[in-house]
Amino acid sequence: MKARVHITLKNGVLDPQGKAIKHALFALGFDGVNDVRQGKYIELDLAESDPDNTQAVVEEMCKKLLSNTVIENYAIEIV
Amino acid sequence: MKTAVIVFPASNCDRDMIVALEKITGHQPHIIWHQDDYIPAVDLIALPGGFSFGDYLRCGAMAARSPVTRKVIEHADRGGNVIGICNGFQVLTETGLLPGALMRNESLKFVCKDVRLKVENNDTPFTNAYEPGEVITVPVAHHDGNYFADDDTLYALEEEGRIAFRYVNDDGDTTLAANPNGSRNNIAGIISRRKNILGMMPHPERLIENAHGGTDGLGFFKSMINAIN
Repeated sequence: MKARVHITLKNGVLDPQGKAIKHALFALGFDGVNDVRQGKYIELDLAESDPDNTQAVVEEMCKKLLSNTVIENYAIEIV
Repeated sequence: MKTAVIVFPASNCDRDMIVALEKITGHQPHIIWHQDDYIPAVDLIALPGGFSFGDYLRCGAMAARSPVTRKVIEHADRGGNVIGICNGFQVLTETGLLPGALMRNESLKFVCKDVRLKVENNDTPFTNAYEPGEVITVPVAHHDGNYFADDDTLYALEEEGRIAFRYVNDDGDTTLAANPNGSRNNIAGIISRRKNILGMMPHPERLIENAHGGTDGLGFFKSMINAIN
């Protein structure tokens, strides 16, 4: 199975890169951008074929390595 | 004092740390490659600065999962002393041995300069050779030194006297302008609850002899000798 993992900064954690992107967009004339938060996207190709097991395994991966839960949230999509 | 320095792929301050420890203790540190899963009995393990694993995923994330790091955690859990400088601090937060995280500098720029640090707590194995509140000069060189912890963690660190060093101005005041990276509460270095683990972004090992332009980092190493011998 394949899994898609989106990693984003938690609310309340400052995102200086998001802020810089917002400023750059503004400089390009996109003045309607209220806020930008940037994150990571990870695709996993897994030997597992059961969706529930895949969800559980990827969740473990997120907790142990893919995200830093002090500052980041993760969202998993199994496809 | 017996010491060990851990070397990860793309560590680059390992030699500075080895030279400093050898000069100050009189003994060559054990040099441990990250794939080793054995660390001899030592009084202190140092995680040096650098860009371990190219800062892939997050700074320190890969190094925190290296085989040798499990041994570092066991050493720390037994009460053994551990220091993490710069990338070493990032590795310590990634392992969970120290709370919080080190994020991209608020300016988004790599910062390489001398900073003034205030010794906030000199009752630790890493700061006892300094006077309380002493202001010292130590270089920083990092892109991701912006210390973040949530409000509860920050409150606990402050209440428990676990801020070892803070970025200050020449007068010793904690100001926004003195903060090189956006760290919460101008935090430059923290210690663990048991006081046996210290992480800091500045590099005391780069300021231990006059040829370096100053010796303000010497107290850091002398403190450990006082505490351990």
